[in-house]
Amino acid sequence: MIDPFGRHDDDDDDEGDSPRGITDASSGIEPATLDVENVSLSFGDLTVLEDVSVTIDPGEFVGLVGPNGAGKTTLLRTISGAIEPDAGSVTVDGVDVHEVPSRDSSRLVAVVPQDTTLSFSFPVRDVVEMGRHPHRSRFSPPTPDDRDAVDRALERTRTASLADRPIDEVSGGQRQRVVLARAIAQATPALLLDEPTASLDINHAIETLELVRELVEDGRTAVAAIHDLDLAARYCDRLVMVADEGVRSVGSPAEVLTSEALADAFDANATVVPNPVTGTETVTALPDAGDELASLEPGSVDSPTSNEADTGGGRDSAHRGRDGTAGASRLEGDGGRIPGDDRLEVHVFGTGTTAAGVLARLETAAENSRADLSVSVGPVTPGIVTETAARFAVEVVDTQPHAPISNDERERVERRVRDADVTVLADPVLDSGGCVLETLAAVDPETLVVTDRRPLEERDFVGPETSTRYEWYAERAVEATPETVLEGVTRALESATGRGSGAIARENRASTGSDN
Amino acid sequence: MLAPGVSGRVITWCLALAVLLVGTVIGSAMLGSVRIDPLTVSKAVLNLTGFVAYDVPSAHQTIIADVRLPRIALAAIVGFALAAAGTVMQGFFRNPLADPSIIGVSTGAAAGAVAAIAFPALVPFSSVHIPAFVGAVGTAFFVYAVATEGGRTPVATLLLAGVAIQAFLGAVISYMLVHSGESLREAVVWMMGHLHRSSWNDVTFALPVTLVGVAILGAYTREMNVLLLGEEDAHHLGVDVERTKLLLLALASIVTAAGVAVAGVIGFVGLIVPHIMRLVVGPDHRILLPTSALAGASFLVATDTIARLDVLPLPFGLEVGTPIVPVGIVTAALGAPFFLYLLTKREVHAL
Repeated sequence: MIDPFGRHDDDDDDEGDSPRGITDASSGIEPATLDVENVSLSFGDLTVLEDVSVTIDPGEFVGLVGPNGAGKTTLLRTISGAIEPDAGSVTVDGVDVHEVPSRDSSRLVAVVPQDTTLSFSFPVRDVVEMGRHPHRSRFSPPTPDDRDAVDRALERTRTASLADRPIDEVSGGQRQRVVLARAIAQATPALLLDEPTASLDINHAIETLELVRELVEDGRTAVAAIHDLDLAARYCDRLVMVADEGVRSVGSPAEVLTSEALADAFDANATVVPNPVTGTETVTALPDAGDELASLEPGSVDSPTSNEADTGGGRDSAHRGRDGTAGASRLEGDGGRIPGDDRLEVHVFGTGTTAAGVLARLETAAENSRADLSVSVGPVTPGIVTETAARFAVEVVDTQPHAPISNDERERVERRVRDADVTVLADPVLDSGGCVLETLAAVDPETLVVTDRRPLEERDFVGPETSTRYEWYAERAVEATPETVLEGVTRALESATGRGSGAIARENRASTGSDN
Repeated sequence: MLAPGVSGRVITWCLALAVLLVGTVIGSAMLGSVRIDPLTVSKAVLNLTGFVAYDVPSAHQTIIADVRLPRIALAAIVGFALAAAGTVMQGFFRNPLADPSIIGVSTGAAAGAVAAIAFPALVPFSSVHIPAFVGAVGTAFFVYAVATEGGRTPVATLLLAGVAIQAFLGAVISYMLVHSGESLREAVVWMMGHLHRSSWNDVTFALPVTLVGVAILGAYTREMNVLLLGEEDAHHLGVDVERTKLLLLALASIVTAAGVAVAGVIGFVGLIVPHIMRLVVGPDHRILLPTSALAGASFLVATDTIARLDVLPLPFGLEVGTPIVPVGIVTAALGAPFFLYLLTKREVHAL
């Protein structure tokens, strides 16, 4: 490894049974460093990669993520040596893959292509044996090492039982494993995979990535273009986001997969929250926020705004009057207003994934449009809601589990609700120690949004009377789901302002002002 | 070079097909205006090797050694060459329609031969072998050069360039035929594919080229297999794709040219024999190439026997009268229906 060139010279004159060949075959592989330096590439007039540099450390599993057509596959093909860059270099283990014969580069890098044309009835074993091609000389029969490598690769990928079946008669998942077995038999320190899970069902996708993960643990460097961001986050050590002809960001999944980056690279409106099972990032793409918010053009609610401004003139009424439009237009990223003054405040009552989803949705929209939105949630006990809240820096009123809410906590909730322009119900639990219904009493039902998913019977631990009271609010609230909560909030604001602002809310605001 | 299982199959298949070829050769040598029994045929053939001297009637020895055997040997060599080249081309182009002349080898040979026949003053060669061979190889390399850009030769471009050159050469050949006058008949017969008037001279021209060419191709069967996965995969598996393509194309063209130069354009051998063998032994070139070559040899010996006989003896004393025709007519007339049969009955849709 210290002198990679020396090593390859050794291999050049091999007859397939050199001592080096033996160590290679018995997986005594040292992972390689992959170095992409200032690579630029264009197909005709179309620039695909522009000055791309990225270094992949030995023993890393790096995922290439990015939108379709961003150049992930092209980058992989450039690393593999299949296409030569216009400028820059790619070195594996210090060897420039574009400078050496393919026989030498194919002992450094194995590739699992997205789609292998295997419409020929070669037995599976023969296909895997093709992986030994770069290690074999033209005239000698396969050495025991070659056979060992093939056997081990078949076993490893659990395709040994298919060894004698024709490749065109095995299923897609099995075929992918066979191609992976071929790459394993190739015994290279670096492994490239192009969309290894693209055509696989979830079970096979997981199996494949688990296997790649194992190979990486055994001492290989792996780079995979992966479409599925959740899987990429789950299995890769680092992610490289490729977008707009270049590397947009490199880092841990949490660093790379931010909703801002996703909005930028994919032009997608997506939330990123930890997966409750794996704890890794999970990306949920949502319908374009722009469409929902388009319903609230500043002009469409112009009159109440100007009315308020004309009649009131005072700070409070001006603030109040602009609230609806201001909040929404802030969500749209319409700058030019004084921050703080136009801050849209939303409080969420709720539990579980519903409340977490609402938080993630609201905060993502705020991040993407750089809107001045302040979200608070509570009272909640530690769990998925508090985790999500922490992730997005949402203000939380958290309480101890199995304990009645303290006075201090109750006051904080009440204050937040009073300040809130909109209050969202997201599966709140009604129990004797809680304060949901009491607090709701002070809220204008017009500014309520309900996104409940769990049946009320499961959440009401007090009695039918509380259910009835809760339903009274729920019926008057704007209906939405965690996905469409943004729309709901917008509608709630609209109806509140459309009526010339809710009297209760105005009173709340006034008293808040005096409190402070 | 081969896994034990594969080499076992190769040896078994090659032995069986070699026996078939010997049988076909002896059977063919028996037939003709003078019937000769198989034992005498075998003895006469063995006498040719110079190691033994069996007592064979001199007339029979002459008929076998100087009349029938050169033609049979040439048929075997040409069949061997065309089937081997056809196998390589089909694998190379990954196209079931590919045959040895897909990049214009046969048309080039025909152009060279027709030029030599029609305008002996302009193309001063005593035989048409050299001009046909030069025309064939020259055309192949011209097509390759046209299709190559920036060190890469896309297979599709190669195919289309081949089609265009064939069309152009077709026009040239037609022009020459129109102006060939007296030699029109000779030129047309040459183009139909013929083995009559074959001599040991033809054999010594075609045999070395064919054997050397096919032997080298035999060393590249593993690369051919890997190339079936596609050029990019092949590159990732350590095959120097462009160099291998050039080598395969050059060898297949030279082998084809050697056959076509002595026998004219014999169609279908290089197309259907590899297809049939692929159905029988599978796509692995390590087996497919040698078996196709041997089967091609037997096929052409058999069809040429039909072509040169005016009465075809059948079992049970039956006889069928057949016209004496150039062998190209027989291969196409028998091959095309058989191929259609395979097409409808079995899977010849892919390689």
